[in-house]
Amino acid sequence: MGKLKALLGWIDDRFPLTANWKAHLSEYYAPKNFNFWYFFGSLALLVLVMQIVTGILLTMHYKPDATQAFASVEYIMRDVPWGWLIRYMHSTGASMFFIVVYLHMFRGLLYGSYRKPRELLWLFGMLIYLCLMAEAFFGYLLPWGQMSYWGAQVIVNLFGAVPFVGPDLSLWIRGDYVVSDATLNRFFAFHVIAVPLVLLGLVAAHLLALHEVGSNNPDGIEIKKKKDPKTGIPLDGIPFFPYYVIKDIVGVVVFLMVFSAILFFAPEMGGYFLEHNNFIPADPLKTPPHIAPVWYFTPFYSILRAVPPMFDSQFPGVVAMGVSVMIFFLLPWLDRGAVKSIRYRGTIYKSALAIFVVAFLVLGYLGTEPTNVWGQFGPWLGNAERATVVARVFTIIYFLFFLLMPWYTKIDKTRPEPERVTS
Amino acid sequence: MDWNMAQSNVSRGKRRFLIAASSVMGGVAGAAVAVPFVMSMTPSARARAAGAPVEVDISKVEPGMMITVEWRGKPVWIVHRTPEMLASLPKMDGEVADPKSKVKQQPDYAKNENRSIKPEYLVLVGICTHLGCSPSQKLAAGDADGMGSNWPGGFFCPCHGSKFDLAGRVFKGVPAPINLEVPPYAYLSDTRLIIGADSKGA
Repeated sequence: MGKLKALLGWIDDRFPLTANWKAHLSEYYAPKNFNFWYFFGSLALLVLVMQIVTGILLTMHYKPDATQAFASVEYIMRDVPWGWLIRYMHSTGASMFFIVVYLHMFRGLLYGSYRKPRELLWLFGMLIYLCLMAEAFFGYLLPWGQMSYWGAQVIVNLFGAVPFVGPDLSLWIRGDYVVSDATLNRFFAFHVIAVPLVLLGLVAAHLLALHEVGSNNPDGIEIKKKKDPKTGIPLDGIPFFPYYVIKDIVGVVVFLMVFSAILFFAPEMGGYFLEHNNFIPADPLKTPPHIAPVWYFTPFYSILRAVPPMFDSQFPGVVAMGVSVMIFFLLPWLDRGAVKSIRYRGTIYKSALAIFVVAFLVLGYLGTEPTNVWGQFGPWLGNAERATVVARVFTIIYFLFFLLMPWYTKIDKTRPEPERVTS
Repeated sequence: MDWNMAQSNVSRGKRRFLIAASSVMGGVAGAAVAVPFVMSMTPSARARAAGAPVEVDISKVEPGMMITVEWRGKPVWIVHRTPEMLASLPKMDGEVADPKSKVKQQPDYAKNENRSIKPEYLVLVGICTHLGCSPSQKLAAGDADGMGSNWPGGFFCPCHGSKFDLAGRVFKGVPAPINLEVPPYAYLSDTRLIIGADSKGA
């Protein structure tokens, strides 16, 4: 024991090991009233590690070459020992990453976790979300299936809609006149090194910002306001280690049960996690009859489709889609509510959030289907497609949730927050 | 010599100038090195060479049929239109967004009612002007292709539902903003086409 302690002392003289352990774990005080919604931060970290480990193993067998990519993925699935498991962990992990992150973000909306003093924490989180979208998009091209190919074609062409520089910009992104070997090769570089590097840096910044301001909680009050006068420890805080580490392990176990069930019984999730068309090799001359992005992009994709072209350009739709993602960055400044947590908000915010969730889900569903999925209205509405009209209505609702937020959060009748956290 | 003594001996103006000058030069060097980095991502010499014109034999394309050839990695459609198909085009003028092909999506020699050099042969880049999918062929008029009984024949993009007539003109009220592109092409003989080059030899 003495030897071990001496070794620790030797290290601590040269590297702040004990100091960091204390600052971030054993003496990082988190509110004692965390609930179910607080599992998803640590789960996101778990999925990140899983994606990196499985991703590294996949690069050992995958070939980023248009003539070999599709076959090398099939090779991983059939011939590489346990390759199927690693590949399905990675592809299922991508979808689970978004499920976990969406729930993590929804937690922020529930309890006002983006409000002062956590604005930067939220911004880092949003940047992480953008990185994840880029990571998912680049990664989806790599199997070089029909959906990979045409999905990339559609998304790269979005940049082509930018006025003036658009065509040159999309040419630069592709490195060729169409999505080709050059595109695949660079997307591989982005997917395996460029974006993950940025992602890891942002995750570190996200955690540092969190530990600087301290965690929010379901009551949306600051535990740092009530400290033990002698120790300076928040009265409603408990050390992250061991209490929340143990709690999060329970979350990890339950998550892994769900994850394994999907992994072993439905890795393609009926075409939602891995689309059927992606089991056909990419064919630049033949577009599949129905193109849809993977489910986690579909709400934004619906918004893109819902906006009609204006001034001989589809740029307005592209802008609407971009803004629908970017507008989340503004949340800390749009929300003028007197309280943070939904527990003490009035009916207006609760209703607005509920309607927003419905809009997000409906847009998400419509984005997975062709626009004629619900048929057409009669001549009284110019034979307009029902799904397109519904998508337009929900697109407007989606934006109103944000644009009217400064107003409706202000007039909302809130209840007073408690002094101390409630159980 | 302590810190204050050292401070009193320096010329602050000179120090500020040196800091500014080296920052600017460093910035210029950084920007200069970004040029090759950015340019390395533009199409390579090999990719540009693959954009050469292609020759096509159209003698075997029967009236009402269509073939697809590849040029610059894109599908190029060659449709042999029947007289009935050509007769349907003027009737579409009210339903398409740009009936007179005002938007420059074709060489000048194809800026006419049929959007082609010879009326019967239509040459189009088979890439939707919305987001680059390749539309499906729904050449038959009426309900034969599942497009509804008032369908005049044309092309339908499955990605986002854009519709084009048999001259590649876009319908009103669909996501695609402009007509399908007519590539530069020329007749080498009555049955041979060259795609990607004009008769001027461009």
